[in-house]
Amino acid sequence: MTTLAEYRSSRELLSNLTLRELRSKYKRSFLGWAWSLLNPLANTLVYTVVFGVLFGAKPPNGGPSHLKVYALYLLCALLPWNFFQASVMSSVGGLIGNGNLIKKTYFPRELLPASAVGAALVSHLIEMGLLLVVLLCFGDYWSLEWILMTLVLILLVSVFGLGAGLLFSVLNVYFRDIEHFLGIFFLLWIYATPIVYPPTVLAGHHLPGTHIAALTVLQVNPMTEMASMFRQTMFYGGPPDPWALLYFALWAFGLLCLGLVVFGRLEGRLAEEL
Amino acid sequence: MADTAVLAEHVSKKFRLMKERNNSLKAAIMRGRRVVAEDFWAVRDVSFEVPTGETFGLIGENGSGKSTMLKCLTRILRPETGRIEVRGKVSSLLELGSGFHPELSGRENVFLNGAILGLSQKELRRRFDTIVDYAGIGQFIDEPVKNYSSGMYVRLGFSVAINVDPEVLLVDEVLAVGDEGFQRKCNEKFADMKAEGRTIILVSHAMSSVQNMCDRVAWFEHGQLRELGNTREVIEHYTGSVDVERGVDDSGHPRWGSGEARVNGVELLGGDGLPVDRLTSGSPATVRLRYEMHEPIAQPVFACYVTTVNGQPVSAPNTRASGCVPDKLDGSGHVDIHLDEVRLLPGTYELTPVISDITMMKVFDHRQNVLRFDVERGATGEEWGVTTLSPRWEIVPEG
Repeated sequence: MTTLAEYRSSRELLSNLTLRELRSKYKRSFLGWAWSLLNPLANTLVYTVVFGVLFGAKPPNGGPSHLKVYALYLLCALLPWNFFQASVMSSVGGLIGNGNLIKKTYFPRELLPASAVGAALVSHLIEMGLLLVVLLCFGDYWSLEWILMTLVLILLVSVFGLGAGLLFSVLNVYFRDIEHFLGIFFLLWIYATPIVYPPTVLAGHHLPGTHIAALTVLQVNPMTEMASMFRQTMFYGGPPDPWALLYFALWAFGLLCLGLVVFGRLEGRLAEEL
Repeated sequence: MADTAVLAEHVSKKFRLMKERNNSLKAAIMRGRRVVAEDFWAVRDVSFEVPTGETFGLIGENGSGKSTMLKCLTRILRPETGRIEVRGKVSSLLELGSGFHPELSGRENVFLNGAILGLSQKELRRRFDTIVDYAGIGQFIDEPVKNYSSGMYVRLGFSVAINVDPEVLLVDEVLAVGDEGFQRKCNEKFADMKAEGRTIILVSHAMSSVQNMCDRVAWFEHGQLRELGNTREVIEHYTGSVDVERGVDDSGHPRWGSGEARVNGVELLGGDGLPVDRLTSGSPATVRLRYEMHEPIAQPVFACYVTTVNGQPVSAPNTRASGCVPDKLDGSGHVDIHLDEVRLLPGTYELTPVISDITMMKVFDHRQNVLRFDVERGATGEEWGVTTLSPRWEIVPEG
């Protein structure tokens, strides 16, 4: 009851904390905001050279856009992935980084991970906006419907990121290993997800020593659905698979609930543990 | 009940003292379900009620639980048992400027800090000029706050917190920081707020300000409420108990502090190094403080407050201001304050020696007015005021 009223009155604080996060991130760096774009560009360059050129990965055909460019195929899934990873990692560092704020002032603590996700979301929207312009230049399609669908997908990724951020940020205060563990986990996870390679390269492969198809295993990973849906709406210009949408939404809201519950149970002693 | 601003009922707060502080998964798994933590009750079964408009003081020695209680009231800490109710808009001053981000400008920080204290952006924009004026920051408002002097930092933090227009203000030792001018401003502001009928809860070691400001006082001891009532009575009992418990000051002067280091005597020496019982204006003299450390103390600061018999502050020489702070001190010895000339004008003065840590916030020993002494007429013929500037006059007629 009180928390609901609190959340309402905290909306302004959330936007303030988000702004603070954004402003302080690139303060005193010469290129400032440009860094938030240069990082994914450098990533794209590396992946394009390694996977697109050296290993000859090609986007599968399909959809009304007739796009064939690997770099764009990559970016459609890589940018949402980066957004998710940034949301979680900066939430996790955020509670400890703002220890003084927690120890000396009171406000709903959930706002700290939320503002980390908010700041990452702002950067992500800018990146996606630019990517969209490039896609529209290269492809021969235009569909407002699927662009709006992309916004829904971004919202779902935010929910997913917020859930993971809440969960791991508060656990990290009690077990500082989480942060290091997550660093490695994300590295493994991105390769367990068809981001830098198309899922089709796994077609016909089985798990070693079994008859289980590799693609089936891949489908369990919610980020696989996320990547394929973003590619559907942005790269191919078509509708996302409704079952994939449902599956990912279940994961996102499920994790958010789990995150809120765990955060709520553990936040009481934050000021002591920090 | 309708006019109760703050209510605490049977509040207890427990801290876990980890035998080995090791926040890693490995440690958690290794020790399994065995509890290595030791419980420490910082606040135990404390109840009180503060009516609207009252200024309520929390006093007690270091570690007595009064700051923990205040943090429970601000909701930073969550008590294990008991109920806390605070009615109306709360603003807290636990550490001035604690929400500031060093890289952001004063302006950005005012908006952020104001939002944390619950002020809407519209309200903040309306009050922005008042806040900046009150803090006296001027054109520095668009500079990153890391470039601020500590005084500016503190003033801006204070200015935001009080311009939130809280109905209940929770304050922890804020009066101890800042220069004289800032402290006066704080006191004036608190007096205004009190007059406006706002509720103030104050944690302080400065008995004089507690005495001046508070209507009622709660005295905490070992996490429990020892006494609650009329300010003057409780303070008398408190300072009395600190004396009795230490069992040293036999002359009846108030004495407090945590006791790891103690001032065991104050002597006046004349220019020849021999003990005297009065000083002569304009002549050399030495004030000698005899100390005893019961354990090695890192960076102790010695101070010697000089006031007139009426309590008017004159000067407070201290080793921190003079840049004479030893890294560590143990055992006993003495500290000499050499004066090339006593600049006090004839009259009667009192000395209050204090040993504290480097922040001068944690007081090891404070002996209020332990020595009263007279200053005799000497070289200077001045009479007005308490001190002489040792002027050198020159009259130059022109034309």
